[in-house]
Amino acid sequence: MENLIALLIAAPLLGAAVLLCGGRRLDAVGHWIGTLLASLSFVFGAVLFFDLLGKDATDRTLTQHLFSWIPVEGFQADIAFRLDQLSMTFVLLITGVGSLIHLYSVGYMEHDERRRRFFGYLNLFLAAMLLLVLADNYLLLYVGWEGVGLASYLLIGFWQHKPSAATAAKKAFLVNRVGDMGLSIAIMIMFTTFGTFAFGPLLGSEETPGVAGDASEGTLTAIGLMLLLAACGKSAQVPLQSWLGDAMEGPTPVSALIHAATMVTAGVYLIVRSGAIFDAAPDAQLVVTIVGAVTLLFGAIVGCAKDDIKKALAGSTMSQIGYMILAAGLGPIGYAFAIMHLVTHGFFKAGLFLGAGSVMHGMNDEVDMRKYGGLRKYMPITFITFGLGYLAIIGFPGLSGFFSKDKIIEAAFAKGGTEGWILGGCALLGAAITAYYMTRVMLMTFFGEERWRNRETASPAEPNVEPAAEHQGEHAEPHPHESPSSMTIPMIVLAFGSVFAGALFSIGDRFVNWLEPITGFEHGHSPLSAAAVTSSTVAVMVIGVAVAYVQYGRRPVPAVAPRGSLLTRAARRDLLQDDFNHVVLVRGGEHLTRSLVYVDHTLVDGVVNGTAASVGGLSGRLRRLQNGYARSYAVSMFGGAALLVAATLLMRAV
Amino acid sequence: MNPVNYLYLAALLFTIGATGVLIRRNAIVVFMCIELMLNACNLSLVAFSRMHGNLDGQIIAFFTMVVAAAEVVVGLAIIVSLFRSRHSASVDDASLMKL
Repeated sequence: MENLIALLIAAPLLGAAVLLCGGRRLDAVGHWIGTLLASLSFVFGAVLFFDLLGKDATDRTLTQHLFSWIPVEGFQADIAFRLDQLSMTFVLLITGVGSLIHLYSVGYMEHDERRRRFFGYLNLFLAAMLLLVLADNYLLLYVGWEGVGLASYLLIGFWQHKPSAATAAKKAFLVNRVGDMGLSIAIMIMFTTFGTFAFGPLLGSEETPGVAGDASEGTLTAIGLMLLLAACGKSAQVPLQSWLGDAMEGPTPVSALIHAATMVTAGVYLIVRSGAIFDAAPDAQLVVTIVGAVTLLFGAIVGCAKDDIKKALAGSTMSQIGYMILAAGLGPIGYAFAIMHLVTHGFFKAGLFLGAGSVMHGMNDEVDMRKYGGLRKYMPITFITFGLGYLAIIGFPGLSGFFSKDKIIEAAFAKGGTEGWILGGCALLGAAITAYYMTRVMLMTFFGEERWRNRETASPAEPNVEPAAEHQGEHAEPHPHESPSSMTIPMIVLAFGSVFAGALFSIGDRFVNWLEPITGFEHGHSPLSAAAVTSSTVAVMVIGVAVAYVQYGRRPVPAVAPRGSLLTRAARRDLLQDDFNHVVLVRGGEHLTRSLVYVDHTLVDGVVNGTAASVGGLSGRLRRLQNGYARSYAVSMFGGAALLVAATLLMRAV
Repeated sequence: MNPVNYLYLAALLFTIGATGVLIRRNAIVVFMCIELMLNACNLSLVAFSRMHGNLDGQIIAFFTMVVAAAEVVVGLAIIVSLFRSRHSASVDDASLMKL
C-alpha cells in the first residue's frame, strides 16, 4: 500500500513531463492525457483512503522512504512521504477537485491553441501540491512549496501576450517569494535548534511527543512567526495578500484550482501540520488569529466593492482562508474545523469559480457584473450550481458552509476572554459581509434586468470599471448560452459536494474524529451556547442578504458604477493595498537603495580613494628626495651614522 | 707620547675626508677623501690596539687596507669609464638615477 504514495505524485508529474516535452504531436490528445493522469491520481488516493479507513484510528500513518536525498553527516534529508489523516484529506481534495477542474478545462480551453501546455502546467500544479502535502520533512515540503509557486506563476501568466497577465504572474511570484523566505528561515532555525526537520521526530505522534516542545518559547515563537509569514504568502493573508486579486488574470479554471484545491490551502496546511510548534508558542498563535481575523474582514470588504465577478470571488476566497487561518490559530480547538472549512470551501469555491467561468464563457469573456443580469433563464445549470455554491458559502442552514463556518465562529468565541469576544465578533461580522457580497454577486449576475442588451448606450469610458474593453466583440451583443457538458458536469458534482459535504462531515463529528489522532482536539468552552452562536450566525446571514437585496434586488443596478462612499472607493482599489505597497515598499526601497548608494559613493569609496590619494601624494613628496646626486645621498648616510652614534652615546649616558 | 693624540689626529683626518666627500665635485678628489677617511679609521684602530695592548686592531687595519686596495681598483675603473663616456669627472654630472 505504501508504494502507492509515490505513484500519487508520479502520475501528474508524468503527465506534466509528457505534455510539456511531447511537442505538437500530442496537441490532439494532450488534454485527455492530463485529465486521465489527474483522475488516476485520484483513484490511487481513493484506494489509499479506503485502506486507511480499514485500519485502527491510531494506526493510520503510512510512510514511504524512497531514497536518501542529501546524506551528509549530521544532516539527513530523505525523499520520504507520509500519508496520515491530514494529508489524506488534502490528497482527496487536491486530486478530486483538481480532476474536475481538468475536465472542465477541456471545454473551457477548447479554442486555445496552447491547450496542451495548459494541461501540462495543471498537472505540474497538482504534482507540486501533492508533494507539498505528502512530504515527510520540511525540506521536501519546501520543494513542493516552490513547485506550487512556479506552477502558479506559469498558469497566472498563461495568457502572457496580455501585459496585465504577465505582470500579475510576476507579482504573484514576487509576493510569494517573501513568504518562501519565511519558510526557509523557519527550516533553518528548526535545524539549528533541533538538528532535524523531519516530521516524525520533530512533531511526534500521540504516543511519543516530538522534540518541538523542548526548545525555549522564544525560539518556538520565532519559528511560528516565520511559518506564519510563509503561510501569509501562499494563502494570501494580510500583509502579503496583494497578489490574489491580480491573479484573476489567469484563465478561470486556474483561479478555481488556486482558490479551491491548491496553493492558498498550502498555508493552512502548513500551520495545522506544525501544530505542535504553535501549541508551545502562544504568542505566535495569537498573531495567527489576528492575521486571520484581519484578513477575513479585509477580503470581505474588498469583495463587496468589486464589479469584476472573478475579483469579487477572489476577495471572498481571501476572507474564507482568513476564517481557516483564524481557526488554525486557535490551537487544538480549531485545527479540525480549519481543515473542515477548507474542504467544504474547496467544493463551493471551485463550484463558484467554475460557474463564473461558465458565465464568462457564455458572455464573450465579459467579467463586469454590471453588464450581466437576468442570466438565470439562459444558463439554468450554471444558475442552479452557482446558486447552491452561493447558499453554501453564506452558510445557509443545512449546506456545507453552514456547518464548517459555524464551528469556526463557535471556536473563536471559545478562545475565551476579551480575545475570544473580539475574534468571535470579527468572525460574525465577516459572516454578515459574506452574505452581503455573495448576494450582490448573485443578484447582479442572474437576476434583474438584462443589462447586456443595451450595451451601446452605456458610456464607454467608465473610470471604475475593470478594464474588459480589450476583449473581442466589445460592441457585439452577447448571446448567453449554457456551456457544454464537459463544463457542466464538474459544476454539478461540485454542487453536490457544496450541499452535502458539511452534513456528511459534521453529523456524529465524523471529520473531527478522523483528524483527531493527528491534530488533537479539545472541546472549547464557549461563553455563548452553541445554539446562541448558530442562531446569531443565521441572523447576521439573513441581515446581510436582506441589505444586499434592498440595494441590488429591488432597485435596478446602474450600468455605470456610482462614485460611492470613501470606503467603497478604497475597497475598489483593494483597500489601497497596492498604494500602500507602493508607498511603503517600493518608495521605501528606492529611498533605501538611493541612500545606500550615496553612502557607498561618499563613505566607502571616499575611504578607499582617500587612502590611495594620500599614499600617492606622500610618495610624490618622498620622490623628490631621490635627486640622483651621489653627494646628497652621502649626506643622508652621514646624517644617519651621526644619529646612530649620538643615540648610542645617549643610551650609554643613561 | 700620549696615544690619545693619535685619536685626535684620526678624528681630524676623518672630518677632513668627510667634508671633502660632501663638498667636492671632482670624482678623483672625492675618491681621495674616501681614502683619507679609511686611513683615519686605520689610524684610530692601531691607536686603540696600542692603548689596550691587543693586536686585534692592527689585524683589522690590514683587512681594511686590502679592502681599500680592491676598492681603489674598482672605483678608478668606474671613474675612467665615466670620464670616457661624458668627458667629465664631476660626480654631479652622473645624476641620471632619479625619477
